[in-house]
Amino acid sequence: MTTDVPIIEIRNVTKRFGKVAAVDNVSLDIRRGEFFVLLGPSGCGKTTLLRMIAGFEMPTSGQILIDGQDMAGIPPNKRPVNMVFQSYAVFPHMSVADNVGYGLKIAGVGRAERDERVREALGLVKLDGFEDRRPDQMSGGQRQRVALARSLVMRPKVLLLDEPLSALDAKLRAQMQFELSDLQDQVGITFVTVTHDQDEALSMACRIAVINKGEVAQLAAPSDLYEYPNNRFVADFVGSVNIFEGKLILDEPDKAAVECPGLGKVYLNHGVTGPHGGDVWVALRPEKMYLHVPGEGKAVRAAAQDAPEGYNFARGVIKGMSYLGDITLFEIKLDSGAIIRASRPNLSRHDQEDFTWNDKVSMHWRADSPVVLLG
Amino acid sequence: MAEQDWKTSKRTFATVSTGPLFWTLVFFLVPMAFVWFYSFGRNVGLTEIEIVGTLDNYKRATEWLYLSIFLKSLAVAGLVTLICLIIGFPVAMAITFASEKWRPWLLLGIMLPFWTNLLIRTYALMIVLGQQGYVNQGLGAIWGGASWFKTLVGLQPLDTWEPLPLLYNNFAVVLGLVYVHLPFMVLPLYSALDRLDKSLIEASLDLGAGHFRTLMKIVVPLAAPGILAGVMITLIPALGAYLTPDLMGGTDSQMIANVIERQFKRANDWPFGAALSFLLIYAMFALIALQSLRRKTPVDAR
Amino acid sequence: MPLFTRTPHAPLEYSKTLWMRSWVTAVMLFLYMPLVVLMAFSFNDSKRNVVWRGFTTKYYAKAWENDQLWGAMMNSLTIAAFATIFSLIIGTLAAVMLWRFRFPLKGVVDGTISLPIIVPEICLGVAFLVFFSKVGWPTGFVWPFNLSAIIIAHITFCFPFVAMVVRARLATFNREQEEAAKDLGAGEWQAFRDVLIPHIKPALISGSLLAFTLSLDDFVITFFTSTPGTDTFPVLVYSLVKRGITPDINAASTILILLTVVLTAVALKLQGVKSIAGSH
Repeated sequence: MTTDVPIIEIRNVTKRFGKVAAVDNVSLDIRRGEFFVLLGPSGCGKTTLLRMIAGFEMPTSGQILIDGQDMAGIPPNKRPVNMVFQSYAVFPHMSVADNVGYGLKIAGVGRAERDERVREALGLVKLDGFEDRRPDQMSGGQRQRVALARSLVMRPKVLLLDEPLSALDAKLRAQMQFELSDLQDQVGITFVTVTHDQDEALSMACRIAVINKGEVAQLAAPSDLYEYPNNRFVADFVGSVNIFEGKLILDEPDKAAVECPGLGKVYLNHGVTGPHGGDVWVALRPEKMYLHVPGEGKAVRAAAQDAPEGYNFARGVIKGMSYLGDITLFEIKLDSGAIIRASRPNLSRHDQEDFTWNDKVSMHWRADSPVVLLG
Repeated sequence: MAEQDWKTSKRTFATVSTGPLFWTLVFFLVPMAFVWFYSFGRNVGLTEIEIVGTLDNYKRATEWLYLSIFLKSLAVAGLVTLICLIIGFPVAMAITFASEKWRPWLLLGIMLPFWTNLLIRTYALMIVLGQQGYVNQGLGAIWGGASWFKTLVGLQPLDTWEPLPLLYNNFAVVLGLVYVHLPFMVLPLYSALDRLDKSLIEASLDLGAGHFRTLMKIVVPLAAPGILAGVMITLIPALGAYLTPDLMGGTDSQMIANVIERQFKRANDWPFGAALSFLLIYAMFALIALQSLRRKTPVDAR
Repeated sequence: MPLFTRTPHAPLEYSKTLWMRSWVTAVMLFLYMPLVVLMAFSFNDSKRNVVWRGFTTKYYAKAWENDQLWGAMMNSLTIAAFATIFSLIIGTLAAVMLWRFRFPLKGVVDGTISLPIIVPEICLGVAFLVFFSKVGWPTGFVWPFNLSAIIIAHITFCFPFVAMVVRARLATFNREQEEAAKDLGAGEWQAFRDVLIPHIKPALISGSLLAFTLSLDDFVITFFTSTPGTDTFPVLVYSLVKRGITPDINAASTILILLTVVLTAVALKLQGVKSIAGSH
């Protein structure tokens, strides 16, 4: 039954620096073989948490277990995890082969086996033949691969990555996202990554823990995080979102409705947990809105497909437009004065001509699109 | 990068700190402490020194005889620093604005004499300045030439050439100290000028200021920290100089270091010498304190 | 301005101006001429050393056979070697201690370690004289142990310089490299040896050269701590100069100048001209 034991268990871990709690009573489990991401803004404590797993910081209270073993008092060089640092930390005075083989040498692995494993690791990261190169002759992306190979060659139980893609340019970043996922699939070990970039997190992760001010805001799979955020922080941090205040006016097991002064009346075709009549927030993602040229109540009729009369539509004037090629982003000032953001795919080549600044526009959304948030 | 608290790796801390701390304590602080105690002592017999807690030595140090030497040393050091600054600043500027190719060689050229033995440099200067040294020979030749020229024109020839006394006097000491300390001054100046944003000079010129004005109003104020560093690096060693005044000075060009040496060698008055030593140290500290104070005011004034 | 009309140049190219160039040339002449004269006159065939009488190398031969000179030279080199090794170790340890750790009274320790640089040499010399006499440091040892007092004094004023140089280099060290080494299994000492030392190697080299030069060059402190038979080269030359300028001294001095030049050339070879210039 060992496969049921999470590979990393973080139990009520708190880390204080002076009076400030960088990590505040965090508990979470990381499963074997998964690609786990710690996501959050700068200074939220995610890197501190990672370093505590690696052993470079000690928790002020709480426990960290790796593969069932309590890591209290165990220094970093004795833990079954390896880390890829944000600056890569490739040793500048050693060749690539010496870098990658460094940990093996310390562990006393013989020359022949060491050379073989180094070659294998370099092949994994697509740096075949780079054994004799020096770090100062290599690009940033290549040095990162060396750092990866150096850690993977040790066959750790968990690989920790600190902001692995932040130093790469956009194209390389996109490429490395795929490569890291592939690598993890191939090697099969657990990856734990820290990042502030939600695109990275969404594309690579099996599960994401969103960290805010030292606490876990939500722990879920990427699509769950995106479509079913628990709170406003997660809704806003992951992807862009429109959030409106409102009162819960209908609260039944299979339907609900919220009255938002800024947006209008919102109807949901599923139940929500919330105090009836209480203050809630409604989150609506920009891509969930359908835009229509006003006239003949097109929006109203479309909304009425799955919602009662008078719900799930709004009218406004286009105040801002950004043409991004594949989609166009709109900033629309509603009749109530509130600003809503909508995005529209350019399905045909003329789609971007449909709307322009100061056009009147009406929009509707489906009854399963909005999310009701309590916090 | 972040420091770590010593308690987190006590063993490592102990390994790195024992050596330096022990050495500093035993071979620096203890000797200095001995001298300090002696300064409150008194000679008893020929070899014994009794620590009696007297301030006699310090009182004697403030007598005019010794105070005047202190002040004169300060004046000489100040003069030397000023001359080094005036001579060295253009040199530092020349190096800063030199082409990439020349710059390291110029710096090397300035530094090489610094690495040569102080004694040898002083000695070489003495050869050149001596009664029959090059300088006097050269001047004598010029004098002779001028004299001969005068006879050509029908005037009386000049009196016979008397070699200038260029050694064993205050002039020699100042010249010697300048010679020895000039490289010391150039480096911090160069350092500060190098860090200067050249576009500021260009902006000043663009706005109509002439080169000299730009120098005075833009370059010098911005290079002030470096100038201050250079002044300190020159003034303080010059104040405590021993060798140059000893070899090149006359009987009336004694500096404070020579007086101290005499107390320990010939006069055998160690307590007094100790008191003088510490007064010198206090003077240095005062100068350094002055410098950190002065460094604050320009910032405040902005 | 008429000063800048010689060669057309950009406003900021001060170094191309005539007066700048003449000034620098004059200063260089001033600095080097006495040394050149000294070296030239070491070949002068004249006892009184002031008028050129003919080329000879006999004073070099005399210097070569002069046991006293050799002895002093040997002393200087031995002292410098020992002083360099020990101040390198102590200075590096001090630098690592100050760079890496936070501990009570750190500011005081930092200041105290730098004191030997600030305290005037005469005061240091006096302090050592007093110390060794009060402690009753034995003087009758056989060579090289009779040099121990001088060596100790030299180490004391050299190691803060080494510490300063190494500290400057440590400041540019990326701590993550050390963590990476530990992450891969290295212990404290292994990480230090494999990652930190290679990084500070340039500073170790320039620190050693600095210590060696300072020790070789020192006069005042050595003057106060030397005993009969432990004369160093500068101390010997001093006593000879006091008696008068003679060509023997010229020959010996030229040798030392050449030694300095050779050392500098070695340093250059190891580090490149730019970094020597940059290590100000």
